[in-house]
Amino acid sequence: MTGLLERTTPLDAEPATIEKVAIVVSKGSLEGIYPALIMANGARMEGIEADLFFTFFGLDAIRPDRYAKIKVATVGNPGMHLATWLGGVPGFSALATRMMQRQMEKIDIPPIPEFIELVHDSGVHLYACRASVEMFGLTIEDFVPQVEAIISVGEFYEKAAGGQIVFT
Amino acid sequence: MTATLIAHATVDVDAEGFLTDPTQWNEEIAEAIAAENGIPELTDRHWLVVRFMRDRYLATGNAPSIRSLGKESGVPVKELYALFPTRPAKLAAKIGGIRKPTGCI
Repeated sequence: MTGLLERTTPLDAEPATIEKVAIVVSKGSLEGIYPALIMANGARMEGIEADLFFTFFGLDAIRPDRYAKIKVATVGNPGMHLATWLGGVPGFSALATRMMQRQMEKIDIPPIPEFIELVHDSGVHLYACRASVEMFGLTIEDFVPQVEAIISVGEFYEKAAGGQIVFT
Repeated sequence: MTATLIAHATVDVDAEGFLTDPTQWNEEIAEAIAAENGIPELTDRHWLVVRFMRDRYLATGNAPSIRSLGKESGVPVKELYALFPTRPAKLAAKIGGIRKPTGCI
């Protein structure tokens, strides 16, 4: 019985390293997109291979007509610590987004269009999800040129093989 | 922190081989660290990045982000990854004799 109380792995075991990540971006809010871009860029800076797979509203991050207008969610976001009615006041989301962007610029986090370019130039591969693209009636021409292809979920898993998958 | 011998000079380095005192650095040390990390010869383009990195660190106390390296060093991001394989910001910092960059970008 005492066996269950003891460590089964030694403390000094060699730490494992991550060689590859595939990050799924499913949300179209500022707080849904930025963590994915920061993680993808950070992976490349550590010599880790990285793929970004944009699905559902996450596609907004790679649409030239939308990616400069991504907003932080001020309604339905308890992290804002705001009364719901206040978060819903017209223009409030834009104001909160501007304030947050100013803070991010201070710590050298680029705006989304520049960030997409940065991760692409760093060697991150960008893909759009076929099911979402068809659902929204889009084509590859609707996306920024950094997007390599529209791929199915099966192809995504093939590309992600052997790595870690992160869903945001 | 341990003392080690690089290019006939005794320097203090951290566990990953980054110099902990930038004043102990010189160009021969830079070349030796580069060679040990897969860059047999530092070209003018490498030096542009290494010097930018070092100057920024000495002026502000922080290593520049990959974003400012790409925008302000005169060498674009794609080329940074080609010049300093796999970890451009960290490798350029190491060669430039400054502490390991700790920023997220």
